[in-house]
Amino acid sequence: MALPNKPMGELKAVKDPEVEEREVDILIVGGGMAACGSAFEAKKWMDDGQSVLLIDKAAMERSGAVAQGLSAINTYIGDNTPDDYVRMVRNDLMGIVREDLIFDLGCHVDDSVHLFEEWGLPVWKKDDKGKNLDGKKGLKVGSLKSGASPVRTGKWQIMINGESYKRIVAEAAKLAIGEENVLERVFIVELLLDANKENQIAGAVGFSVRENKVFIIKCKTMMVACGGAVNIYQPRSVGEGKGRAWYPVWNSGSTYTLCMRVGAELSMMENRFTPARFKDGYGPVGAWFLLFKAKTLNGLGEAFAGSDVAKAELEKYAPYGTAAITPTCLRNHLMLFEMKEGRGPILMDTVTALAEIGKTMDKKELKHLESEAWEDFLDMTCGQANLWCATNTEPEKKNSEVMPTEPYLLGSHSGCCGLWTSGPDLDWVPDAYKIKADNGKVYNRMTTVNGLFTSGDGVGCSGHKFSSGSHAEGRMAIKQMVRYAKDHADFSPALSESKDALVDLVYKPVRTFLETCDYTTAIDINPNYLKPDGMMYRLMKATHEYGAGTATYYVTTSKNLEIVMDLLATMREDCEKLAAGDLHELMRAWEIIHRIWTVESHLRHIQYRKETRYPGFYYQADCPGTDDENWFCFVNSKYDPKAETWDVKKVDYIKIFPDA
Amino acid sequence: MPSYVITEKCDGCKGGDKTACMYICPNDLMVLEPNAMKAYNQEPDQCWECFSCVKICPTQAVEVRGYADFVPLGSSIMPMLGTEDVMWTCKFRNGVIKRFKFPIRTTPEGQANAYADLKGKDIETELLSTEEAEGKTLPTPIATV
Ligand SMILES: Cc1cc2nc3c(=O)[nH]c(=O)nc-3n(C[C@H](O)[C@H](O)[C@H](O)COP(=O)(O)OP(=O)(O)OC[C@H]3O[C@@H](n4cnc5c(N)ncnc54)[C@H](O)[C@@H]3O)c2cc1C
Ligand code: SF4
Ligand code: SF4
Repeated sequence: MALPNKPMGELKAVKDPEVEEREVDILIVGGGMAACGSAFEAKKWMDDGQSVLLIDKAAMERSGAVAQGLSAINTYIGDNTPDDYVRMVRNDLMGIVREDLIFDLGCHVDDSVHLFEEWGLPVWKKDDKGKNLDGKKGLKVGSLKSGASPVRTGKWQIMINGESYKRIVAEAAKLAIGEENVLERVFIVELLLDANKENQIAGAVGFSVRENKVFIIKCKTMMVACGGAVNIYQPRSVGEGKGRAWYPVWNSGSTYTLCMRVGAELSMMENRFTPARFKDGYGPVGAWFLLFKAKTLNGLGEAFAGSDVAKAELEKYAPYGTAAITPTCLRNHLMLFEMKEGRGPILMDTVTALAEIGKTMDKKELKHLESEAWEDFLDMTCGQANLWCATNTEPEKKNSEVMPTEPYLLGSHSGCCGLWTSGPDLDWVPDAYKIKADNGKVYNRMTTVNGLFTSGDGVGCSGHKFSSGSHAEGRMAIKQMVRYAKDHADFSPALSESKDALVDLVYKPVRTFLETCDYTTAIDINPNYLKPDGMMYRLMKATHEYGAGTATYYVTTSKNLEIVMDLLATMREDCEKLAAGDLHELMRAWEIIHRIWTVESHLRHIQYRKETRYPGFYYQADCPGTDDENWFCFVNSKYDPKAETWDVKKVDYIKIFPDA
Repeated sequence: MPSYVITEKCDGCKGGDKTACMYICPNDLMVLEPNAMKAYNQEPDQCWECFSCVKICPTQAVEVRGYADFVPLGSSIMPMLGTEDVMWTCKFRNGVIKRFKFPIRTTPEGQANAYADLKGKDIETELLSTEEAEGKTLPTPIATV
């Protein structure tokens, strides 16, 4: 927003920033759920001589996807078994998942949930009469750890009062790792390989968005946990509403881009998530389906999901489509089917649902029920609550429209794109799932680059970890990183790039701007450069139209994919001329670069996989339907930073857990 | 639904070294204009309406106005964040007002148990530090194919 007579940005960028060089054993990039888990666990395993640093582009107290809070913890095993957890995730993701990673996560996730409750997160409980107790009242029947029963919405989810979820988790993380080992408001732009050792991570380079300063950090081992990717497709909202994406707008694909650019192998990047949410406000629907037992109706008032047509459609995708719980993508598929047939809009029947539940409740309980419905929004999608207020929507009186969103890339929610990582070094884990480091040892959650780890949204092929699983995974990974650093105590990271070259890399958009901005009278329009804002629109338009965005009901074709690949290649060239006049804009410049690389890998994977594995998330019209015979496998890709070429290949899927 | 700052109410966090809204915004949107010492949202179309700035402002100077492209005027939702609860006031366009109070935490702020003294013993196992301390063993699959 340009104020009158004032250039945008209060923190002007200068040509020659200060440089701070550091060396630590362990570097954590990101400050979200996964990184907070790592921060909590790190020092429990580190020796006194070892050092650690965490870098977040925002403030950990409210950074990442959990910034505004959450109203549920979606993964709590409790009385279930990790084996069943694997089967649930496998079915939701249409069969192709890393069962070792999922089982492994299922063994540890509850430990993190127990810590959250101990730290002060209010977890709802059932009392002996089957009534819900929230807040502190829940503690009266004991903690989860002591055996109290949570309030389950589905088999795996538990309800919380989670407004301050992230603040609580970040507090413990900071106390454990020490404030002095945290750098906030530093954006990492590029990872650096070692000058002497092939395929070994050696450091990262980034900049402060608060002062003109470049950071060059060397490390023995690194975790990249920067969440997923949003704003890679034209959002449904326009103008002011563009910030209203479902996934947090600030996660810009850094996880995938940073790692792929040093040659780490990606897996299942074709997977994406286009959740059905309340239209425009993108408020959650889970509690409405699971807790309030609401149904969705088509424009004719029919509960279409149970119709014969829908059943026949789901049959096509057996055994997934015919399982007790329909996979998320297929639920979208049914909804899109109605919309395309002209039977939209789709409405969530909140009126009937609340009336039904109300029959068994007294006035006080009804009041509480209403408050639960609102809390679901106010704890994690505040804007949806305001939309209801602005449109005079009281859910007991008026139904609300549901709509699938624009596409997002993520690996921790109901999606599974990400990095190919090692499974744990246990007997039952197939060798093909173990990545051996240079010393022949296996380090759980290490990528194919020695010393480079990820967790949360970064780990591919194992969705449905959610907030709790991401935290637990961060803890699992950091233990392995400490072990890696100990095993590589003699390794001294060396960078091949000079300090000046690195500063030039990071500050290139600033230098481009300062050199040529006086050429025209309007700061944003200049033939010598492009502002990140303009490039963002270019990316969104291209993916929207050709890359299976909402413009085409998520349909693409081989020819369309060829076109968008050309467009992306030109965009990458033009990114050499991005310009940034202030530090905020410099962050935007780097974010758009990260987004372009991420979405390119997404589309390369879609292009390679000659089937439509996730109908409802995307359709490759030249290869409709699933083709198990040829494509029941992972698709992995690797970018070679030296040759600047891509290699995409099939990798065998290995079934470890039998069907129930 | 972008945040906005009420001119009268913003005191620039009294020129202290931490401008609260600027400190907290996960998307780096809130900035302080140093001459007037007032904060503003520099990129409203990248606002996630997370309300972090609204909740943290010591003078309640930050509020949110629905996105112009799909939210009719006339409503508001406003949180008051306390140490144990958050109080929400939700005003409908038609004048209906609803108030909700939700718990936010069950322990005093700043005192989360970080297990600072806990030291793991065996780095070669897959057990987390707290699991190891409690003597847990690693589950194995019930059945494999
Ligand atoms: C709307 C919504 C609802 C959800 N609902 C639930 C729910 O009800 N229950 C549940 O359990 N889970 C839910 N989730 C999922 C949960 O939030 C995620 O699974 C989890 O936060 C993922 O953790 P992460 O650490 O991978 O990423 P995040 O928590 O998103 O953290 C990413 C971190 O990386 C930082 N970062 C990004 N780029 C850079 C960079 N270049 N340099 C430095 N730092 C960077 C960010 O600032 C942030 O700190 C929901 C998510 C959303 C968005
Ligand atoms: S937190 Fe409030 S008082 Fe402080 S600068 Fe921001 S708007 Fe002004
Ligand atoms: S509502 Fe959230 S995203 Fe918007 S300005 Fe405030 S803190 Fe930033």
